Amino acid sequence: MEIGRNSWGFTALVIALYAFLLAPVLLVVPISFSNDPFLAFPPQSWGIKYYLALPNRPALVGAFQTSIVIATTVTILSLAIAVPAAYALARLEFRGRDWLASLFMAPLLLPTIVLGLAILLVFVRVGLLATFPGIVLAHLTITLPYALRVLSTALTTLPPSIEDAAASLGAPPLTVFRRVTLPMMAPGMIAACALSFLVSFDEVVISLFVVGPRLTTFPVEMFRYVETRTDPLIAAASVVLILGTLGCVLALERSIGLMGALGSKRV
Amino acid sequence: MTAIALGTAADRPASSAPLAFGLLLPIALVNAIGFLAPVGYLFRMSFNESTGGGGLRETVTLASYVAFLTDPFYLGLVARSIGFSIFITALTLALSYPIALFIHRADARWKTLLTIITISPLLVSAVVRTYGWMLILGDQGFVNGLLKGAGLINAPLRLINNSTGVVIGLTEILMPYMVLALMAGFGRLDRSYEEAALSLGARPWTTFRRVVVPLTAPGIALGCLLCFVLAVSSFITPKLLGGGRVFLLATEIYDQAITLLNWPLAATMSIIVLVIFGLALVLYTRILRVLD
Repeated sequence: MEIGRNSWGFTALVIALYAFLLAPVLLVVPISFSNDPFLAFPPQSWGIKYYLALPNRPALVGAFQTSIVIATTVTILSLAIAVPAAYALARLEFRGRDWLASLFMAPLLLPTIVLGLAILLVFVRVGLLATFPGIVLAHLTITLPYALRVLSTALTTLPPSIEDAAASLGAPPLTVFRRVTLPMMAPGMIAACALSFLVSFDEVVISLFVVGPRLTTFPVEMFRYVETRTDPLIAAASVVLILGTLGCVLALERSIGLMGALGSKRV
Repeated sequence: MTAIALGTAADRPASSAPLAFGLLLPIALVNAIGFLAPVGYLFRMSFNESTGGGGLRETVTLASYVAFLTDPFYLGLVARSIGFSIFITALTLALSYPIALFIHRADARWKTLLTIITISPLLVSAVVRTYGWMLILGDQGFVNGLLKGAGLINAPLRLINNSTGVVIGLTEILMPYMVLALMAGFGRLDRSYEEAALSLGARPWTTFRRVVVPLTAPGIALGCLLCFVLAVSSFITPKLLGGGRVFLLATEIYDQAITLLNWPLAATMSIIVLVIFGLALVLYTRILRVLD
């Protein structure tokens, strides 16, 4: 069997490359069922010891709860802020529109290590460091460009003529927005939510700069753990994390399709 | 011309600037507090003076820049970061090009599936993927376990806590970005060009070198720019797989800012990273112009 117009030898090479690409994620699964006190392959004893140990780690559990609350807050705020912004940029005419659109996308151009340090320096001065609002604000800085891009793509692919029709039939502007524009944006809004949640929940470099000893996020706690110790506990935590992400993505795929969510055209 | 312009203006509300201002105010505030002010202050901080031990004096001095540019350790850091990133970019390109070409040639059903498989690692946290490499490359990891089981080695190969581990880990982390960039640039590549070259007697390797590569060059340039920029600024993977023994710009920025609390120097190094970004972008636009 040939896949498309690829020869056998080439297919074998590409399978090997995929094995390399997927190896780290796939190998985490068997290791998470190791009962060894250290990392070894193959494990000398198998079991679910580390899965059972996870809930007894207050630092990890606390960080997990913090991350869920922060990601949820960031998602709601991202949507509340990005929907009006996307509407203004896609539907209204005003001076400096393109310039503003680029400015709002700019945080993604900056490396996270630089943005994280920059945010730390300002947050120290205004007392936002290691606070809940501070972490939410830092995450919003990078989730808003994603949400804005997805929502703008959704809006620009929708013809304004439907809104114009509603308006010409006498609907007030707010009614047009509520009854016509918002429902049409629904798939884009679901995608923006999922993306904001994943970006916030997975964010680690910027978080490293703005968290504190009393308030830390799950990826930061995992990073700190891996930095100092190597045992299979983090493999178990990783599997839980991967399953959670998979659940999110499948829910997204069910509702609008992954390719649509990433803002590209359907193939 | 004027009539058309007036006609368009009449379709829309005459002045939507006040409404736009209201709708854009929240995002502008987040952008100002989380992006503009921090970047401005970072730039300002690079001209302050560190008095050691976390002390800071507000002044305007080039001390941090001078310290950075005259210290062989820091110059070595820049050279190593750039050299490392170029090497990793080349390796990522070599490993990603076959995947992108394969996906491009596959039929529609496989294309979607393979694209999803390729980008799926992007959904997994960099911490988890780096941890996965520790499982594979560690002293008692997958690779050493296999080699020992086969009787090929007695002592484990040192594959992490050195630059080998950082190169392998970062290459894998960057591959999905490279494949996506390459695929975006493969639009001009049509199988019939290759068939034409082959039917005119060109060997497969010659066809690849003279037909396929030139047609896909814009995608290669884009992918290399993206991966270089991501490699220079990567932090998690060098920190964890380098085990504190691989010194790069990004890891040093973190250590100076968090461990040594020398913020002016950390800010200076951040500016240097941005300058390297700028130079890479200039080089990229030059290359694109040559390709056209």
